[in-house]
Amino acid sequence: MSTQTQDVALRTALASTPRPPRAGALSAALTFGWRGMLKVKHVPEQLLDVTITPVMFVLMFTYLFGGAIAGSTGAYLDYILPGILVMSVLFTTVYSGVALNTDLTKGVVDRFRTLPIWRPAPLVGALLGDSVRYLVAGTVIVVLGVILGFRPDAGVPGVVAALALTIVFAFGLSWVFTTLGLLLRSPNAVMNAGFMGIFPLTFLSNVFVDPETLPGALEAFVDVNPISILATASRGLMDGNADGADIMIVLGVAVALTAIFMPLTTKLYRSRS
Amino acid sequence: MRVLGAMTSPLALEASGLAKSFGDVQAVAGVDLAVRSGSVYGVLGPNGAGKTTTIRMLATLLRPDAGTASVLGHDIVREADAVRGLVSLTGQMASVDEDLTGRENLILLARLLGLKRADAKARATELLEAFDLAEASGRLVKNFSGGMRRRLDIAASLVVTPQILFLDEPTTGLDPRSRNQVWDIIRSLAAAGTTILLCTQYLDEADQLAEGIAVIDHGKVIAEGTPAQLKASVGSAALHIRLLDPEQRSDAERILTTELGTVHLEPDPAALSAPCSDADRAAEAIAELARSDVRIAGFSLAQPSLDEVFLALTGHTADDQTGDSPVEGRPA
Repeated sequence: MSTQTQDVALRTALASTPRPPRAGALSAALTFGWRGMLKVKHVPEQLLDVTITPVMFVLMFTYLFGGAIAGSTGAYLDYILPGILVMSVLFTTVYSGVALNTDLTKGVVDRFRTLPIWRPAPLVGALLGDSVRYLVAGTVIVVLGVILGFRPDAGVPGVVAALALTIVFAFGLSWVFTTLGLLLRSPNAVMNAGFMGIFPLTFLSNVFVDPETLPGALEAFVDVNPISILATASRGLMDGNADGADIMIVLGVAVALTAIFMPLTTKLYRSRS
Repeated sequence: MRVLGAMTSPLALEASGLAKSFGDVQAVAGVDLAVRSGSVYGVLGPNGAGKTTTIRMLATLLRPDAGTASVLGHDIVREADAVRGLVSLTGQMASVDEDLTGRENLILLARLLGLKRADAKARATELLEAFDLAEASGRLVKNFSGGMRRRLDIAASLVVTPQILFLDEPTTGLDPRSRNQVWDIIRSLAAAGTTILLCTQYLDEADQLAEGIAVIDHGKVIAEGTPAQLKASVGSAALHIRLLDPEQRSDAERILTTELGTVHLEPDPAALSAPCSDADRAAEAIAELARSDVRIAGFSLAQPSLDEVFLALTGHTADDQTGDSPVEGRPA
């Protein structure tokens, strides 16, 4: 293109921009969600961690511990599959904090922070995008389970309901890790601190074993651990005998985590220099 | 404080006593600025002088510790959201998403600024054409060249025309051709009436583009004026000549003294220089050397460098203090 036509194009481009009304909060958040999806589209390999790890977990736990814990791999699969679903999705939430921390090292965040948009939009949008990753992780588990012989009584609607409940809880929990992602200095530190928290919390739940076999104090902790309640609710939904109170507690915890950590994350995102 | 240019033009940007510290390090120690609407204003200084910190405060990314600033009458702290609706920032680090394509970057910003889907796509196409990026529009930005990335970065700042555009070292690290492209873009923007605050470490760049310049050092404005005023305070440009044969230097010295007046002998036995800001006179002097069979290896007619500006204004060179101020840009 010649310099002259270039100059004309430039002048036209500069002249023709009336400022539109500001983007709405939802529209801005969804646009950031779209950004997350585009990244997956360009680098699909980044879905490996949410597909391969869950497969490993299911195979390892079912065949390694199934016989010892539940008498047979088939019986254990029925117990552990909803639990592994919960664990895999919750582990994925740590990566939301890692991804945010990585994002902060890039100049584009400065541009986002100077846009006249709803303040939490970049964060809400990123987590909406991440919810798709949670969905992928969850779906991989369920499909593998079915291949291995898992046949939940409540059928497809029960599985969908359990998956949905887990993702809603994961969305709430993600805010804890995004806060961590803004407080810590490197993606590695976020990863380490994140797993240092989520790992014991997941293992000290009823995801793998029936807590009745545990020492009293531990059993008491496991019983009130929200991850146990989520795992119990997911089992209930898949079996068709879910306790409404469990579901309400899970939703309540998700709302509470969001209510505390979303404003905190937003404030840190805005003030971090 | 003094306002450059016509007094009747309203101020687009005003700052008074802006200050910011990071821990023990005072990055900005009381900066005053007054930028007339529709002008290009240069903030000139070496790395670590506080340019980026100043621009980040004005763009609402950092909260000043002291002082006030306003953009078109809106306070940058109390009315930060209103300011965000008026400014765009092209940061020192590329402020575009490297994991997306050029087109996706522009559509993303257009959508975030409130354009409808179809309008956002049309605007992206228009900007890609205008910034000579149409062919590369489907490529991921991480595979862009430095010049393309800069152009996309500036285009991203113009999805909706800002009242004020902050450009932080827009040509640092670019090859000369890309630098000229960016300069052309800045000139076109200025012609279209956008107010531009241009941070740079190149005197040449401020000279080419800005009508007013503030020289900043150790977080303070140490001189302010038009490019001509600043250069006058530093001394004129000089013709530098290197001879093929050092034996001929005395001949060359004699001829140049006749042609240009004062001659300075450089430490290099084959080099000498004479103050000269007029290219025609320099050309004549060189022609005279050639007629007298003085053989020339090379010559240049150079403006005073930023180092010379600093030496004249502060008594130290720009490089002297890059080491002790690790505060430019973002602290970890």
